[in-house]
Amino acid sequence: MKPAAFDYYRPETLDEVLSLLDEFGYDAKILAGGQSLIPMMNMRLARPPVLIDINGVPGMTGIEVGDSEIVIGGLTRHYMVEHSAEIRDSCPMLAEGIKLIGHSQIRSRGTIGGSIVHADPTAELPVMLTALGGKVTVVSSEDERELTPEELFLTYMTTTIEPNEIVKSVHFPVIAERTGHAIEEFTLRSGDFAIIIAAASVTLDEEGLIESATLCIGGVDGVPVKLDDVTDELIGQAPSDELFAESCAPIVDMVEPEKDIHASVEYRKDLCVALSRRVLKKAADEAKLV
Amino acid sequence: MTEKTAESSRLKTITLKVNQKEYTVDVEPRMLLSDVLRDELRLTGTHVGCEHGVCGACTIMMDGRPVRSCLVFGVQADQADIVTVEGLESQDGELHPLQNGFWEKHGLQCGFCTPGMLMTACHLLEHNPDPSREEIREAISGNLCRCTGYQGIVDAVEYAAKEMRERAE
Repeated sequence: MKPAAFDYYRPETLDEVLSLLDEFGYDAKILAGGQSLIPMMNMRLARPPVLIDINGVPGMTGIEVGDSEIVIGGLTRHYMVEHSAEIRDSCPMLAEGIKLIGHSQIRSRGTIGGSIVHADPTAELPVMLTALGGKVTVVSSEDERELTPEELFLTYMTTTIEPNEIVKSVHFPVIAERTGHAIEEFTLRSGDFAIIIAAASVTLDEEGLIESATLCIGGVDGVPVKLDDVTDELIGQAPSDELFAESCAPIVDMVEPEKDIHASVEYRKDLCVALSRRVLKKAADEAKLV
Repeated sequence: MTEKTAESSRLKTITLKVNQKEYTVDVEPRMLLSDVLRDELRLTGTHVGCEHGVCGACTIMMDGRPVRSCLVFGVQADQADIVTVEGLESQDGELHPLQNGFWEKHGLQCGFCTPGMLMTACHLLEHNPDPSREEIREAISGNLCRCTGYQGIVDAVEYAAKEMRERAE
């Protein structure tokens, strides 16, 4: 048995979960999919004294696509989003990005809420939530509040969610008209953690000029980084390879990645520029088609 | 011993179905499903390699989906329906087409990764009876073969897919 001993609770309602969180606070960890938590416990990097397994709690799984918003229950597993035809139509980036998460065995168990609160800045969901301007609803026994990605992500693996709170649902906007999405990442092996990940959304006006755009990069800081200075420059212009090449070149001076055994700072900066150019172009091309 | 450790070492009774057979066992909450299968149920076909979700050797089917059994606690498998590599061959001992494929196409060398490869490939062929070599590679990308026998493994899955399509006709 690799993990250290812990007390195991398997509540059957959300209210029970919340009262256990009130009781144990910082001692408790929520066990949803466990695909990030259990590896940490197996290596004894994490030794939570109490685990609250929410897999038996009803009403926390599901995908609801409305006119302007997609609501995904916190306990919804990645494969459910991956295979949802509605998600493919209403939020193409989410459908594409989910496929990049780990491997099918991981996507069988891993959850949307869990992946977001794990807050790995190179993970797909935090980057997509930031790029698309999504929101997270968290609840405690006393309160319910909505957090934007900027309010949620604090730094590496750290969020502003209080120890007595849990993610109830995650919200993404439905893709707007004349809009395209794209997400790409560079990994050493298929399914591995990304070295750099980039996501973009581009909306064109009726003349085919860029009306609005967002670009977000993961892997350069403790949180996903939105590059509004780059995308603001694009507004009113016609999308072209030259435009994206020119506007993405200054990114080398905007990002501050760290080096590690896998890649140097310069290489990571190059990746940021290349992937940004690619996702902006792809998103613009998609936008032309719809 | 503090009260807390006394509580956490308390055994939980779980009932699970593995390869169509029902088992009831007492497990500590921190016992991984892979260890429950191997040590409690003596189903040692499921291999444990890295034990932190990278190598894929411990892949099993849990409620119809491929899952890494080293990343699930045994207590979470209470009431689950599980298939391990031991459940692949038929009741009368006939090998599964995938097992035949691995035999025919030299899909295994040391054999350590084989159970996980078989369970992953099994899920692929259930959902995609005629996968391209690229799709096979993508499907098994979460399973590491340290003999680097991927060529033979892809051949074996292709062979099994053909065999299963012919049987279905």
